[in-house]
Amino acid sequence: MKKVLFLIILYFLSFNSVNALIEVDITRGNLDPLPIAVSPLHVDVKSEKYDNLKVKDLGAKISEIIEKNFKSTGLFNPLKKEAFVQKPDIAHLKPRFEDWRLIKAQALVTGKLLVKDGKLKVEFRLWDLTAAKEMTALAFTTTPSNWRRVAHIISDKIYERLTGEEGYFDTRIIYVSESGPKNQRIKKLAIMDQDGANTKYLTLGNELVLTPRFNPTNQMVTYLSYFRNMPRVYLLDIETGMQEVVGNFPGMTFAPRFSPDGKKIIMSFAEDGNSDIYTMDLETRVVERITNHSSIDTSPSFSPDGKYIAFNSDRSGLQQIYVMRSDGSDVKRITFGKGIYGTPVWSPRGDLIAFTKVRKGKFYIGVMRVDGSGERLLTENFYQEAPSWSPNGRVLVFYRETKAGSKGEGFSATLWSIDITGYNERKLRTKTDASDPSWSSLLSK
Amino acid sequence: MTLNTNLKNIFLVVFTTLILSACSTAKKTGDLDGDVYTGKETVKYLASGVPDRVFFATNKSSLTTASRATLRKQAKFLRKNKKLNVTIEGHADERGTREYNLALGERRANAAKDYLMTYGISGKRISTISYGKEKPVNPASSPLAWSQNRRSVTVKVN
Repeated sequence: MKKVLFLIILYFLSFNSVNALIEVDITRGNLDPLPIAVSPLHVDVKSEKYDNLKVKDLGAKISEIIEKNFKSTGLFNPLKKEAFVQKPDIAHLKPRFEDWRLIKAQALVTGKLLVKDGKLKVEFRLWDLTAAKEMTALAFTTTPSNWRRVAHIISDKIYERLTGEEGYFDTRIIYVSESGPKNQRIKKLAIMDQDGANTKYLTLGNELVLTPRFNPTNQMVTYLSYFRNMPRVYLLDIETGMQEVVGNFPGMTFAPRFSPDGKKIIMSFAEDGNSDIYTMDLETRVVERITNHSSIDTSPSFSPDGKYIAFNSDRSGLQQIYVMRSDGSDVKRITFGKGIYGTPVWSPRGDLIAFTKVRKGKFYIGVMRVDGSGERLLTENFYQEAPSWSPNGRVLVFYRETKAGSKGEGFSATLWSIDITGYNERKLRTKTDASDPSWSSLLSK
Repeated sequence: MTLNTNLKNIFLVVFTTLILSACSTAKKTGDLDGDVYTGKETVKYLASGVPDRVFFATNKSSLTTASRATLRKQAKFLRKNKKLNVTIEGHADERGTREYNLALGERRANAAKDYLMTYGISGKRISTISYGKEKPVNPASSPLAWSQNRRSVTVKVN
């Protein structure tokens, strides 16, 4: 793959420490989203041509991406542009606050951009309309082809300013793209921006691939491939396209994930009908066996501090979730509810574990505290599993499969997201059927 | 090691038999015994009278009486065809998480392999692979399809 050079120079236009009056509480389901006006960014008339970009439309397009991002959170209600009362360039200098308040907006985003000497300069301001004050102002310089990312970064900055939480818009999702009939699926690794744009395929579909996961810097992916009909965990460098088998195991390795420092891969290795959990250090190649039990131990996930590992095991008879120290000691079962529990994934904030639960033929995505208490089921469906966290620990992405008819007709696999509040369930836009999503960390951190 | 494994398997077989006899009151409906498929609809044959596959109960990898009879036929066939090697493919239905199903398929393939070994087939002639829920033989979402998909299939490789 072509190496993507990306540089963003970011600086504060002004630093404003005024305490905001508007604030969005994201700890509960928000039934009263904040009305926000996102003015099209003003395009400077001195802008020059750049490749095939329609520079004149960029200001409107960036504002549309910001609006879509905001709408997807369920926390904001972007207002219709027809009602806007001021020209973008004038509003950006200083909005007539009372006019914007008339259309019931509580916050306003304004900005302008200039394409010159092969560079895109963007600045934006966030205004608190109630307090009649500027809340944030930032400027960026980057290559013009990065304009979508600029829109995502602006969205993140505004989200951060209004919620007090890190954003998650300048992120990607890696997943398995699916096509073909249910009993002859063709599966490829695919990567896309969080909003569904810029889909790229990383494998050709010649062999079955499953369960891709990013490393902490989002440059590497670990996944399961049936290359040469030998199911093994692989490591893929997204930029160079180089891939290699992880370790030299004499049987199937699967369910890989990176350690939080990115130095190790944790996975299951199946031997003589028994699956246990192993780690391999990517630098020293040292392999460590973490569990040693005659049951199926799989779906391991490190805590963000690297001290603990959550996994599922059927050592009690059916799949349940366990937590142990990262050396394999002190194994404790944490799920005792009715049903089967699997795919534990530790929240990036460290406070929760997301999981899949199966009970009476229904599949649930839920969250619980790391000791197993406080279980909350967020969504029920015919089939859904494999949650993955947004980098700020507020949203889960997972996949669903529909019930198929007698010939497999009506089958589909799709990606969905839901807030950990249980609100704001959404289907993600993908070019093909999709499964096994994994959310990256923030790209511009 | 091999002896040890063999002994373990014999125990497993005895144990399984006990469990199964305890469950023999499970209801039989059509091609299902409990939720284990007993029909022939999806079955292929390694040779005349030698079925290629055995079926499992939900989340289980223990061999039923019928499965053991099938595997004994496979063992007899393999004893007669000494140069033949096989791969046993382990599969799961679609009603479990993907990663657990991969492990479960592997356990099912090995249950069949171990049984063949107790009937004198060298482990060197048998490789195993798990496909989890990835390769359903019946794409429907019904209890019958799921029972047909919970299987291990013995495939000739040469």
